[in-house]
Amino acid sequence: MSQQKDITISVLKFNPRDKESHPKFVEYTLQETPGMTLFIALSKIRQEMDPDLAFDFVCRAGICGSCAMVVNGKPTLACRTLIANYPDGKLQLMPMPAFELIKDLSVNTGKWMDNMSNRVESWIVDNEKEIDITKIEEKMEPKIAEEIFELDRCIECGICVASCGTALMRPNFVGAVGLNRVARFQMDPRDKRTDEDFYDLVGDDDGIFGCMSLLACEDHCPKNLPLQNKIAYMRRKLVSVK
Amino acid sequence: MSELTEGYLGITASGGKSRVPAKLDYIQSFTGGFLALFMWGHMLLVSSILISNDFMYSVTKTLEGNFIIDGGSPLLVSIFAFIIFIIFVVHATMGIRKMPANFKQYQVLRAHAKSLRHGDTNLWLTQAFTGFVMLFLGSVHLYIMMTNSSDIGPYSSADRVWSEWMWPLYILLLLAVEFHGTIGLYRLSVKWGWFDGKNPRSTRVRLKRLKWILTVFFLILGFASLVAYIKIGIEHVDHVGEKYIPTSLTQGAI
Repeated sequence: MSQQKDITISVLKFNPRDKESHPKFVEYTLQETPGMTLFIALSKIRQEMDPDLAFDFVCRAGICGSCAMVVNGKPTLACRTLIANYPDGKLQLMPMPAFELIKDLSVNTGKWMDNMSNRVESWIVDNEKEIDITKIEEKMEPKIAEEIFELDRCIECGICVASCGTALMRPNFVGAVGLNRVARFQMDPRDKRTDEDFYDLVGDDDGIFGCMSLLACEDHCPKNLPLQNKIAYMRRKLVSVK
Repeated sequence: MSELTEGYLGITASGGKSRVPAKLDYIQSFTGGFLALFMWGHMLLVSSILISNDFMYSVTKTLEGNFIIDGGSPLLVSIFAFIIFIIFVVHATMGIRKMPANFKQYQVLRAHAKSLRHGDTNLWLTQAFTGFVMLFLGSVHLYIMMTNSSDIGPYSSADRVWSEWMWPLYILLLLAVEFHGTIGLYRLSVKWGWFDGKNPRSTRVRLKRLKWILTVFFLILGFASLVAYIKIGIEHVDHVGEKYIPTSLTQGAI
């Protein structure tokens, strides 16, 4: 068991809705407990030191993606961040950039993701067929189903967007999450959209051709999604569209 | 019509998107890949000076086409340099689209890169910086090659490097080219997923290692060649302008 130590967590606090509020780092010192995650530390701070501290969480298990924040410069999930991995006990927390700031560490990823979903039409499109939800879905090759499921593991935490220099510089960029979503539906045999249709969704400098292959999305994705491979796949597909 | 419609409304008359962004992306990659591979060949030719003056002379004459034109013609080199210049300009035009376009974008990117400390983001920044540097230094070099192609040879090149004060420019250009080119080839590979195979992550690690090996190799080769030209240039300082006469001809004269 690692030796318990005092840790210092510095949080960028700011309430954009309060005219009196100005961005400032506030330091909290507390003692590390065994197996302590950043989420546990933040909860402790809120309970015992600063009830005003805002941060998001739901599942506490790396499934919901709510607690994404920037820790010592790296976007990550607070619930999966072990304090023991910071030997000097110093953590600087900031809200994820690219998203609308609600307060302190809390950002509105939902609004961004909703826009993205609508933009890439994140649903099965088959204009030929009326969907009958009372019937069992058509069977699919297990290999294809697995490949689709692999991409469907995305939890929309926004870490790929917050780590992407392109998305930060150019707010209209659809981000790895959007391109991954397009790849997911492009692979789905139930979706009858052609590559031309997908081109019309993301075939521009705000979409696939705006991606600069910085690959911070791939390197920071908490679900280890194959983003580099799938973005390259979509690029190859769409660059040859006539 | 379609261009006008999309320019005004963001949508073509047929309701789709322009295919131009795809073409621009492809052209950027193609010209970049071509130039990076060309620079490998260029460096190997330049480094012929490390073998001997005679060898470098014979390489120069071969490039001037002495196997089809008696004595060779520097005009061939000028034409080739012009073609490279066109590709260079096209690539720069494509590449500049990705640069930060205003202070806000620059500020955001700088803060992000400093905070994230991410290898591939920093590689892109290195490429952006070296690309910007090459816009100026590369243009100077290519203009000289287009207009003074008869002044390539063991003595002429060495004189240019030393007596005509090109060595500071070549040091900077060499650094910029070798970093930009090898990073560019690595990034092209991951961008298009050419070598992804079954395990793209381990492929990427290997590609990055290979990139660094190539960077170091071409930097060593480049600096060794530059030192060789500087040494010849210093020794030849009292005879600036005199062309090299290959050993076979001087021995024939004796």
